[in-house]
Amino acid sequence: MLPSPEELKSAIERGVPGSRVTMDGARLVLAPADVVKVCRYLRDHADYALDYLSNLTVADYPPDPAGGGAGRLQVVYHLYSMAQKHGPVELRVDLPRANPVVASVTSLWRGAEFQEREAFDLFGVRFEGHPDLRRILLWEGFEGYPLRKDYVVEDQDAD
Amino acid sequence: MTDTLKTDLMEINLGPQHPSTHGVFQMAVQLDGETIVSLKPVLGYLHRNHEQICEDVSYIGCFPYTDRLDYFCAMTNNLGLAVAIEQLGGIEVPERAQYLRVILAELTRLVNHTSVTGFLLNDMGAFGTPLLYAFREREKILDLFEMASGSRMMCNYIRPGGVREDVPEGFLDRVRGITAAYPRFLDEMETLLTENEIIRQRTQGVGVLPRELAVSASVTGPMLRASGVDYDLRKVDGYAAYPRMRFKVPLGLAGDVYDRYYVRVLEMRESLKILEQALKEIPASGPALSAKGQQIGRSPRTFRPPKGDAYGRIESPKGELGFYLVSDGSPQPYRYHVRAPSFINLTVLEDMCRGQKVADAIIILGSVDIVMGEVDR
Repeated sequence: MLPSPEELKSAIERGVPGSRVTMDGARLVLAPADVVKVCRYLRDHADYALDYLSNLTVADYPPDPAGGGAGRLQVVYHLYSMAQKHGPVELRVDLPRANPVVASVTSLWRGAEFQEREAFDLFGVRFEGHPDLRRILLWEGFEGYPLRKDYVVEDQDAD
Repeated sequence: MTDTLKTDLMEINLGPQHPSTHGVFQMAVQLDGETIVSLKPVLGYLHRNHEQICEDVSYIGCFPYTDRLDYFCAMTNNLGLAVAIEQLGGIEVPERAQYLRVILAELTRLVNHTSVTGFLLNDMGAFGTPLLYAFREREKILDLFEMASGSRMMCNYIRPGGVREDVPEGFLDRVRGITAAYPRFLDEMETLLTENEIIRQRTQGVGVLPRELAVSASVTGPMLRASGVDYDLRKVDGYAAYPRMRFKVPLGLAGDVYDRYYVRVLEMRESLKILEQALKEIPASGPALSAKGQQIGRSPRTFRPPKGDAYGRIESPKGELGFYLVSDGSPQPYRYHVRAPSFINLTVLEDMCRGQKVADAIIILGSVDIVMGEVDR
């Protein structure tokens, strides 16, 4: 059985020295610099054995027009264990919208390879250390990132 | 001689216009003679930004679009989204609907696995005949889908809180008929294929996917189980009425094309067992859609799930189909993401093909079981 999110948070902070985890409801939010270290800890620790990266995606939260702020791009990881059949552990990483860069987890889970390419393609998040970070669904030379909330859809009927 | 005679690698594009690529899928292959040196999948010819489209419509409005993801398995696509929305909005599902969902999902599994076996034989060069055998059986089940939902392929039938409306009278009897007749078809198919020397020569030891790589690469579904990993969401998550069903999870040993074929055949036999139990145990009466579900169906734009997010996943015939939804309290999803099994299963295509012959790449792709509607979204 997996521990509660609060217990997991303190276990990570003990197990990965120097890491900082904050809570957003029941979700664990990591600092961008800690992602690979924390993921490796969760994958390799026998109690968690999170050997399966089920889902990796991004959600865009642009700045609130009234309240200001810078907004953020949030990378979301859903981890499960095939060995122990438990999960999910949900990890989040908040990135600045102007320069969203985070380390790739492809070296830990090959399953991240296409999912990170998709997130790069549609949101423009750059995954450092990815073996082959190219657009995957859209074509080379496409401009912009269509799943960002401020993307303006081109009107193909207009002259 | 090969040491002294140096030849250039040949670069070939397989697809996007090629009958064996299962839609508009392209493989950029480098060949040394007939041996594959590298293989890069090129995707996106069918990309329509499904996710963005669904962020502009109500939650119910997403359902017809999900039919067009994996268009062989509309029922399970609907089910995946319904499960995610139920998590998001805290919606209960009545007992009868839970059983109907199991019945429809297992019929879908039969359709999918039967068709994919037909296509695989097509890819091996047995043109036409096996595929027509498969489609003959598929047709009978599609008739049932039409009876329940009004459409053969674009069913748009399963809803948050149950199913759109109860199945018509006589539906369950016809499912009983299918369940009774199907083993005979499977026997007939197996007689022709399972022990067939040509098929064994062609598929055994081809496209091997080692167990560790399968887990690491997030491969799911029959492809994962053919590599010997016991992971089936019907058992692990136990959604709908599956916890009450007694069935086995067939596993492969070698993780090659043959095992993927045979795991699918065995899964169909288990599906028939599940269908028999579900038909026996389904409550004869009772609502097929909860009160909340009816209310959402009547006026979709009044349904505003509380702020938050949910990840719902089911065992679709191709693997783990997941939906990640974020609600900001408005009538349409703020973020809508599909975790498409056949898209992620393609991650290891190159690993399985490297060192194999070019003709094997075609059947390895066939054994992955992709549908471009879902891969490209």
